[in-house]
Amino acid sequence: MPTFTLIHFQFLCWAALWTVGLSAIAFVGGGLVGFGVALARISSTRWVRILATAYIQVVQGTPLLILLFLFYFGIAIVGFKEVPAIFAAGLGLTIYSSGFLAEIWRGCIESVPKTQWEAAECLSLSRWQRLTRVILPQAMRIATAPTVGFLVQIVKNTSLASVVGFVELSQAGKLVNNSIFEPFTIFMVVAAIYFVLCYPLSTWSRSLERKLNVGRR
Amino acid sequence: MSAVVSLTNVEKSFGAVKVLNGVSFEVARGEVAAVIGQSGSGKSTALRCINALETIEGGQIMVCGHAVHDPKLDKKTLRRDVGIVFQSYNLFPHLTAEQNIMLAPTCVKGIGKAAARDLAREVLARVGLEAKADHFPEQLSGGQQQRVAIARSLAMQPKLMLFDEVTSALDPQLTGEVLKVMEDLARGGMTMILVTHEMAFARKVASKVIYMHQGTVWETGPGAMLDDPKTPELRAFVGSGL
Amino acid sequence: MTYQFDFAALLPYWREFAMGVWLTLQLSFVATVLGFVLGTLCAIGRSDGAPWVKALVACYVEVIRNTPLLVQIFIIYFGIATLGLHVDANVAAVLALVVNVGAYTSEIVRAGLESIHKSQLEAAECLGLSRPQTYWHVIVRPAIERVYPALTSQYVLLMLASSITSQISAEELTAVANRIQSDTFRSFETYIVVGVLYLALSFVVRIAFWLFGLVVFVRRRKLGTAL
Ligand SMILES: Nc1ncnc2c1ncn2[C@@H]1O[C@H](COP(=O)(O)OP(=O)(O)OP(=O)(O)O)[C@@H](O)[C@H]1O
Ligand SMILES: [Mg+2]
Repeated sequence: MPTFTLIHFQFLCWAALWTVGLSAIAFVGGGLVGFGVALARISSTRWVRILATAYIQVVQGTPLLILLFLFYFGIAIVGFKEVPAIFAAGLGLTIYSSGFLAEIWRGCIESVPKTQWEAAECLSLSRWQRLTRVILPQAMRIATAPTVGFLVQIVKNTSLASVVGFVELSQAGKLVNNSIFEPFTIFMVVAAIYFVLCYPLSTWSRSLERKLNVGRR
Repeated sequence: MSAVVSLTNVEKSFGAVKVLNGVSFEVARGEVAAVIGQSGSGKSTALRCINALETIEGGQIMVCGHAVHDPKLDKKTLRRDVGIVFQSYNLFPHLTAEQNIMLAPTCVKGIGKAAARDLAREVLARVGLEAKADHFPEQLSGGQQQRVAIARSLAMQPKLMLFDEVTSALDPQLTGEVLKVMEDLARGGMTMILVTHEMAFARKVASKVIYMHQGTVWETGPGAMLDDPKTPELRAFVGSGL
Repeated sequence: MTYQFDFAALLPYWREFAMGVWLTLQLSFVATVLGFVLGTLCAIGRSDGAPWVKALVACYVEVIRNTPLLVQIFIIYFGIATLGLHVDANVAAVLALVVNVGAYTSEIVRAGLESIHKSQLEAAECLGLSRPQTYWHVIVRPAIERVYPALTSQYVLLMLASSITSQISAEELTAVANRIQSDTFRSFETYIVVGVLYLALSFVVRIAFWLFGLVVFVRRRKLGTAL
């Protein structure tokens, strides 16, 4: 009976790189889409706001697992038969992240006092200038802590990409388990690797939050 | 005399509450008008209507040739002519004093960075704060912040300045330095409308006093009007020592 | 795109879908109740317990919040088996969800506890209430009331996350969907239907929490609260 060895550990570490890569894709993709949705959410046009709200509600009200299945089977339907699993996984996680990031960032933008919008308006700045030159720089400061905090959620949720066959850390754990069947040991190691990835981010997010609170007094 | 600002029967409500109920007054070029009145009488609202921060339901407002009551009003050009300073300063906390001032000239007027910086230094000098150009708002006292806010408005070279209780959040010592800046401005010929609780200042600087009561202009006249009120309401108001 | 959508093929399975919804509701309900109890106890331990209790709870919370639920489910499911016990996948699923949501609950409730002034406690003790009584009435209840909206969001997320327990073949909506799609080969349609069902469920859970809040927190009802 083979047991858990260094080779297996190395395989898991290699797979952890894919977890990181997939997280990066989800964060960048979700950030771009989410930023657009956050802006749409505070748009001055009513129907744009409604559309953005609906998007956020749908994404936040559907399990990520189901989103991933939908993209996995959806891509095949659109006609791409043999796309690598990373497409479905990346797409699903991007949409998932965008829904949550949009809502986080909307909150940050709206927590900048209304009087700042007004003061900028009174200086004749256009709506876009008010947003980019006055509001967003302030919102960004508030947004860093929750954004880093959400990064932890993304890293953890990439584990679900295993259900569409993408080999990241969790799927690698399952593969190792198929060959040596020591599930408890293997998944403890897998969990430990996730912890090593996530804990620094959590700590960083918390310290950012503390700093912000001190800054505000 | 050409009126820079004229309000005719202006009406404005928030929900069911009628805040402005037929307000009319005029302010001529170079005039300094002090708006006084009890809390809730609609002073701030009137000022905000002049700057199109609120849309009015009835009446007319003409400001520097702009028809503010017109739904097709180009707010951007209106606000190039009108500067406003708020009670709570509303400086941009992520920008230094100088950057606060440079923002609008560079963004709106397309002035180059270097020229904008010269302009910023010049207006900062006018409010006596050349030395604080590189300070962030939180590094400045309330009075200094308010003077930067005034400088920020001046940098757009407005034809009219609006002040809404700009000293109410300040200690007495700091109030003095801000009032001095405003007095200098008045002496320099700037057309100004200021909402204030500083009766002594109104008496000294204002060429016209507008007493508002329950959403209308109750009494209006020169600064001396405060020493000889005609209506019992103004008498009570002045007498209350506010 | 030549794909022909065929939702009609799923019609005969409506009973299974309904069953799946019911199972997910049950699973989430049990996990919510137990997770709330566990989380509240942990929060109390973390803010007012002995130093070793504080440290223990802190570890538990950090470990759970920095590892994926999927892996936690595997560890609990296989861990119990390693101990030589045989448990039903459903029991393991509930256990994993409770352990998971307990950590999040504890952080939320702790924030609530910290927002309540301790002087309240002394004031109430002067009125002659016993210590546990005061603690419950003056600190814990108001704290929970204050963080109730955050708890609601957390338990909606829990309901959605319960879909992950399908990975150890626990009985719930996603597992049912997996079965139906392999029977019908209408995968995309199946997951669309299931997605809509989850969406509906998340609204239902939200409304249920809102109603529950109205009943439990009388003050909230009087002040009027948003959904
Ligand atoms: N945005 C708003 N929404 C609803 N009501 C408002 C709003 N702004 C002002 N009001 C109401 O309009 C009335 C007049 O307000 P305004 O701020 O113009 O008074 P004011 O004369 O400036 O008083 P103060 O001296 O306290 O500044 C008040 O009753 C106020 O509650
Ligand atoms: Mg006012």
